[in-house]
Amino acid sequence: MRMASQVTMQSAPARTASESRSLRRRGGWGERAIELSIRAVALLSIAAILLILVFVGKEALPLLTSSDVHREVTFGSLFAPLKEAGGSAYTWQPVSEVPKYNVWPLIVGSVKVTLVSLVFAVPLSVGAAVYVSEYARPRVREIVKPAIELLAGVPSVVVGFFALVVLATWVQDTFGTEHRLNALVAGIGLSFAIVPIIFSVSEDALRAVPGSYREAALAMGSTRAQTVLRVVLPAAGPGIAASFVLGFGRAIGETMIVVIASGNAALLDANIGRSARTITATIAQELGEVVVGSAHYDVLFALGGMLFVATFVVNFVGERIVHGMRRRLGTTS
Amino acid sequence: VTAAVSPRASTLVGKIRHGDRALATLSAAAVVVILAMLAIIVLDVVRGGARTISWEFVSSPPRDGMTAGGVFPAIFGTVAMTLLMTVAAVPAGVATAIYLTEYASMQSPVARLVRVCVANLAGVPSIVFGLFGLGFFISTVGRGIDRFAYGGQSVYGKPCLLWSSLTLAILTLPVVVVATEEAIRSVPREQREASLALGATRLQTIFRVILPEALGGILTGTILAVSRGAGEVAPILFTGVAYYLPQLPTNLNDPFMSLGYHVYVLATQSPDVEKTKPLLYGTALVLLVLTFLLNLIAIWIRSRSRRRARAGV
Repeated sequence: MRMASQVTMQSAPARTASESRSLRRRGGWGERAIELSIRAVALLSIAAILLILVFVGKEALPLLTSSDVHREVTFGSLFAPLKEAGGSAYTWQPVSEVPKYNVWPLIVGSVKVTLVSLVFAVPLSVGAAVYVSEYARPRVREIVKPAIELLAGVPSVVVGFFALVVLATWVQDTFGTEHRLNALVAGIGLSFAIVPIIFSVSEDALRAVPGSYREAALAMGSTRAQTVLRVVLPAAGPGIAASFVLGFGRAIGETMIVVIASGNAALLDANIGRSARTITATIAQELGEVVVGSAHYDVLFALGGMLFVATFVVNFVGERIVHGMRRRLGTTS
Repeated sequence: VTAAVSPRASTLVGKIRHGDRALATLSAAAVVVILAMLAIIVLDVVRGGARTISWEFVSSPPRDGMTAGGVFPAIFGTVAMTLLMTVAAVPAGVATAIYLTEYASMQSPVARLVRVCVANLAGVPSIVFGLFGLGFFISTVGRGIDRFAYGGQSVYGKPCLLWSSLTLAILTLPVVVVATEEAIRSVPREQREASLALGATRLQTIFRVILPEALGGILTGTILAVSRGAGEVAPILFTGVAYYLPQLPTNLNDPFMSLGYHVYVLATQSPDVEKTKPLLYGTALVLLVLTFLLNLIAIWIRSRSRRRARAGV
């Protein structure tokens, strides 16, 4: 009796144990494979950044190494004043009998348009962020925030089209600009695209300031305006600065708005009422018609590579500032 | 004493109130201006496009050298491109978010690198994605496929639907990752622990407990990615989009038309601006309605799921 019961008692759990072990093993293999692929796919974003760097760089590389290309242009000569007589020493004219590659008009064009857009977008976005975080009632905030996000949802080509048919006419009638399409029109158009990002980063920064700061200021007898201007804004300062940096990065990389609305003449000129040609618009307009592997092709990839590195640095700095501020204020989110 | 102090005090208070109201008014004015910018652009496109929009416009191809007819091929191309993009971007984005939230520890250097790359990927200029698509997908991957599978014949080593979609998938990856990560983080820890305590494995917990809870966030990310992808032009300029095609794309290696590119071409290369203006407005309106509807749906889903999360349902 005792023996029998012992046997059955032993055999029953033994069977289930082996069953469950084999079950677990089967599940385990499948699971481990899936988990491994999740980890592998997660590395995709790292791979993407590296691949962008490598493959944009690869196409631009002949500019540094190929003697064929060097007969026409070198990396250094992109930035050096042109020596040939006739015309400005700073000319971007890649399609002509003697191709002229000088990138300064393009850099000036990009910076000009970007600065105009920041002049319009920064006060509006920071003002709106102050209102939404410091003054608005929750119900108003719940309407205003998504509405501003919706502005980010307008495709840039539609903004560019709007700038072309509506803004350009308005700007010319109001300011009497020399060219109908110019840096001012493109810059105002660009501000539509960067208001949402400057607003949302600034608003995050303001909201990250602990309530105790405000309460302390108000308890000391400050008015709300004093509290906002002298306590909340300085505390959120780095985050708001980061929003400008990120807005700058977005603006300098934007393509469709400027290619449609800036006029695209490569002038080395500080006048915002005149036509401008940005780096992005140059790539967009010229790469489609260029011979693959030609010097011009390599130069356009080099421009793209420089743009990539510049925006990468700008965005990295912006992100670091945001993180640093969050840690300092003790609001990690 | 009271008589001497009170006038001064009252003027002080008066000045302060003045400044106080000025800041509130100025900042409210900024909100009004931004909302007006949104309203003006939407109203202008709607007003200009409303006359053009008809069943014929959305269902027929362009005619007479792009000066008449409709935009059906462009709608078709945009939808095909974004569908393919979604198929590639959403699983990759969700997997990345799962890795960041469920597998990697906060201090893991790999996870931090992934985070930095996702954030920076979101900031890469869209035209650079276009260059990358051309240099990597077409010149390297496509040509490679041609050399090995088609004996050097140009089958995949040229701009087409597949390469445009994959380029856009990389561009929209951060949108999916960020939205999914936020949604997964908002799933209460108790649910995770309850599932694990009942004997579920980590993967079962992820697929049967966490992802169903986070579905709203994943959907939001997907819709925002689709909306972003549908409106992008710069990344597809050199990777597959075409000005005019007599036939709809039927294969992955066919070129295609897109609404955004159609707007760009009509706006900048039209031989007769006044004649194409109605078409231009019509195309812009179709694109705007498409992206706006998607955005509104995404915002609605997100606010609903956030409210539910706050209510603890």
